[in-house]
Amino acid sequence: MGKYIVKRIAMGILSVFIVATLTFFLMNLVPGGPFVAEKSISKAAQEALEAKFGLDKPLLQRYTTYMTDFLQGDMGFSLRQRGRTVSDIIFSKFPVSARLAGIAVVVALCVGIPLGCVSAYNRGKLPDNFIIVLGTCGIAIPSFISSVLLLYTFGSWLQLLPTMGLNDAASYIMPVTALAIYPTAYITRLMRSSLLDVMGQDYIRTAKAMGLSSFMTLFKHALRNALLPVIAYVGPMLASLMTGSFVVEKIFTIPGLGREFVSSITNRDYTMIMGTTIILAALVIAANVLVDILYKVIDPRIKLK
Amino acid sequence: MSEKLLEIKDEHLSFFTPAGEVKALNGVSFSLDEGEVLGIVGESGSGKSVTAYSIMGLTAYPGRLIGGTIRFNGHQVERMSEKEFRKMRGNEVSIIFQDPMTSLNPVYTIGNQIEEVIRLHTDKSKGEARARAKELLELVGINEPDKRLKQYPHELSGGMRQRVMIAIALACEPKLLIADEPTTALDVTIQAQILELMQELRQKMGMSIIMITHDLGVVASMCERIAVMYAGHIVEYGSTDEIFYHPSHEYTKGLIGSIPKLTTEESERLVPIEGQPVDLLNPPAGCPFAPRCRSCMKVCLRRMPPKTQLSDTHYSYCWLRQKEAAEGGERA
Repeated sequence: MGKYIVKRIAMGILSVFIVATLTFFLMNLVPGGPFVAEKSISKAAQEALEAKFGLDKPLLQRYTTYMTDFLQGDMGFSLRQRGRTVSDIIFSKFPVSARLAGIAVVVALCVGIPLGCVSAYNRGKLPDNFIIVLGTCGIAIPSFISSVLLLYTFGSWLQLLPTMGLNDAASYIMPVTALAIYPTAYITRLMRSSLLDVMGQDYIRTAKAMGLSSFMTLFKHALRNALLPVIAYVGPMLASLMTGSFVVEKIFTIPGLGREFVSSITNRDYTMIMGTTIILAALVIAANVLVDILYKVIDPRIKLK
Repeated sequence: MSEKLLEIKDEHLSFFTPAGEVKALNGVSFSLDEGEVLGIVGESGSGKSVTAYSIMGLTAYPGRLIGGTIRFNGHQVERMSEKEFRKMRGNEVSIIFQDPMTSLNPVYTIGNQIEEVIRLHTDKSKGEARARAKELLELVGINEPDKRLKQYPHELSGGMRQRVMIAIALACEPKLLIADEPTTALDVTIQAQILELMQELRQKMGMSIIMITHDLGVVASMCERIAVMYAGHIVEYGSTDEIFYHPSHEYTKGLIGSIPKLTTEESERLVPIEGQPVDLLNPPAGCPFAPRCRSCMKVCLRRMPPKTQLSDTHYSYCWLRQKEAAEGGERA
């Protein structure tokens, strides 16, 4: 196990390195630059700015400079947010997105797993049909629609919840809901199909034949086996939610990482693009290692190599 | 005469599928004494397993018992609630399944799964249950029981897993053990070992066994009585000797005729029973075996033959035997 984790971390570092390299060259291939769009500055000023940030150097040299700096923990200054370093921006905004994402994932699991169980347990009956319809809606409705609907209903019409920022507990409700709808619906469907699959297994028949109640059969024998696909889904989903949702953060005016992500790209804020991409890659890899370890904990047949 | 342990009378069971009513059991009757070993043989879909599962209330959806009575160990089974069934299952009647590779839960240890049944049906403490589990593993001939209790099913071989299944089934000393093709998924040497173990355990514990199989070799070595099933009917019932030496139903004769003989020349072909199994959605009006029968008569296609009692323990449902009995009666 320990050996496996070390190996996975080593491979993870390699993956991050590859992602960083690819991103670096790809973003420089895209036409435009951080100072190109600004009409107000003269050509001389633009060149001076580029010289200041080292953008006038050959690409390969900039790459080696960036990587050496990065390895020393320096992700450089943001090209567009004057005077702020990339790590400064990420460390001030990442916790906001991560907290929202964490709550949303917990909500999605706490709602999705029981709903999936209820659905599978009542297969073909009314509760099942109801949950299926609900789940399909949850998957089909994009977050900008659900966010706006929530905002309109609870923020503007009923005036129950604050519409922007994250100042108190109540202000978390809407953005968390908006973030959690899709994963909840997805987990519900995953849980349902996985549980139905497991309920058809021979060992479930054995459990019933030995006198266990359907409830015990479901909870002790089926659920644990059925959780595996859910866990496989939740890991990467958590990682992508933690780096923020552009739509939800924009609509609810939340100072999270998601907005930085998108605006860094449109602004050609090269150092920010690199920073956010590396964070995302590292999170996805970490989440996958976590999923593998959880898999091993749940299913003793799985060997971590 | 002592009370029968199991008495099934005229059991009718159907699966109500979207395509229509599949008549899986059409008037099955038999009884079982305490300590008796009955073999139920027949091809796939003949109703062997359905009969056995119905005793435990394990008929799979959309199957439903629609007629007849089942008395088991003083219970009126057809009237039992799910709760009563739960008390009975694993306690008074247990089952071992065909495939030991998939019949144990892969995520729990052997010990956990044996103790679960013990603690469900008795008020033993955790420690006592563990001791009993160890005892059971020794009983079914598993070495190093302490180590095995902590292992997961995937760490054991097929034969060992079937031994574990037997240990689970026998944990509460059931009166009846149903073995649903317990050796089909195992290789031949392991098959023999498992059958030997079951014989041995029956002598030690004195339970009755219903052995479901399509392997006539298995029933010949294990069973005292044999019921031959075809299309949801018991077409012939008798002692093992009667069935093997005086088969009276054409289907039984076909089954026995299809056993490969040790003396068979290499170039000789095996003897199959020609034709297809019956479509239980539209069972024929007459004898279900008539379309495949080599001695089929007109009456066979029109009417179901009545029971012909051949001896105290031997009967069959075949018009030929009726005819013989009638002619014999005339002569006498």
